[in-house]
Amino acid sequence: MVPMTTVPSDLSVAEVLPPAYVPPFTTGSTAGQGVVEGDNAFVVELTSYSGPLDLLLTLIRDEKIDIYDIPIARVAEQFLVRIRTLGLNEAADYLEMAARLLRIKAQMLLPRGENEEWEDPRAELVRRLLEYQQMREIVDLLERRADDRRNQFARAFLPEQPTPPQAPLALSLSELLSAVDRVLRVVLEPNMHDVVARALDVPAAIEVIRSLLAIKARLQWTDVVKSDAAPWQVLSALLGLLELARLGELHVAQARPFANVEISRDASSEAA
Amino acid sequence: MTPLAKLLEAALFASARPVPVDELAALDPEASPATIAAALEELRAHYDNDGHGVELVEIGGGWQVLTRSEYTEAIERAQLAARPQRLSAAALETLALIAYRQPIGRAEIEEIRGVNVGGVLKSLHERGLIDVVGRAEGLGRPLLYGTTPLFLEHFALRHLEELPRADELAIALRQTTPSERDVTHTDERQPTRDA
Repeated sequence: MVPMTTVPSDLSVAEVLPPAYVPPFTTGSTAGQGVVEGDNAFVVELTSYSGPLDLLLTLIRDEKIDIYDIPIARVAEQFLVRIRTLGLNEAADYLEMAARLLRIKAQMLLPRGENEEWEDPRAELVRRLLEYQQMREIVDLLERRADDRRNQFARAFLPEQPTPPQAPLALSLSELLSAVDRVLRVVLEPNMHDVVARALDVPAAIEVIRSLLAIKARLQWTDVVKSDAAPWQVLSALLGLLELARLGELHVAQARPFANVEISRDASSEAA
Repeated sequence: MTPLAKLLEAALFASARPVPVDELAALDPEASPATIAAALEELRAHYDNDGHGVELVEIGGGWQVLTRSEYTEAIERAQLAARPQRLSAAALETLALIAYRQPIGRAEIEEIRGVNVGGVLKSLHERGLIDVVGRAEGLGRPLLYGTTPLFLEHFALRHLEELPRADELAIALRQTTPSERDVTHTDERQPTRDA
């Protein structure tokens, strides 16, 4: 492990890597330079011009041309050279200007008489260029001012917020509870909690009654249900009794309301 | 500071936008325009002389408290606030024309700039820097555009009149007096004949 991190191994890496990387680097850079140098005159970075007039003004400035005496043939040619590399969509505005330049060039070539009233076909172009240049001057001014303003912050702008809904918690507890109640009523079965019912055990109760009746022909309710019986045992016994009565195995009788229930074997079932 | 200056300070602090003088004046019905102006001057002097990180600026048709530019870098580095994006050259050119020639229609802008400006107008409108201010007479009743108060704010202008008049610019436009035009023509004709 230690030899790996020692200086010699680092050196070997440094020695190995450069040859692997250098060839593409050198070939790439020389080729790139060649292309850039060769095409320099033709490369138009569209983004660096904001329109044909901008390009035209740049040309005029680059060639140190007097704007009031534009050598239209030369400028038109230069203009065409520069727009050759533009994308077609972007070039539409530039092509229109190129056509205009060529038309002016043609008009300049037309022969004219000495005394003829002659309007310089370039006048309109010069007027537009000056107008454009004046606008650029305003742009410079605006740009300076905008930069100044960008360097200052106002209080952070807070977007206008929609009017907030009425505060939902401005309620008394009883109002809140009644609201909860109203909501729960809407729900079909307000399922507050699940009650797992203790299953009744009717068959077992029936067995008990049958075995009791097998011993004694007559029983009291209190014989069937013990005094400490749970509700489910009481209910099971009751259902068992009713079931046996329905089947005709016994009779159930009561002397008066709430009196003890008399249970007796059914004679006929005994016979069967 | 006087109570009125403090009141104005509080109001300017509470507002996210420049506050016009008449709105400041409405804060105190008893204050005259002169006392409001004096109080604003007092507040500005207070910020300038007592060493504050903010300053009082007249901008966009009103008054606003802005941070001093020497703290911009630090504030931006801490990501407490970000400088807005610069406008493109196309947007600036279009804005310059609208500012000087409003109300102005799209066709006139395109005529001067020599390019289609539909997209630029749309984005300037979306940024709230220009607005439709009317319709021209004539075919199709084209929309006319003008600048908004936000435009003034963006370029730290008090009002549009603060822009230099067209004839004050270095290149005054040789528009149009007949005599001027004649002079230009004789100047131009000579070399062309020689050529």
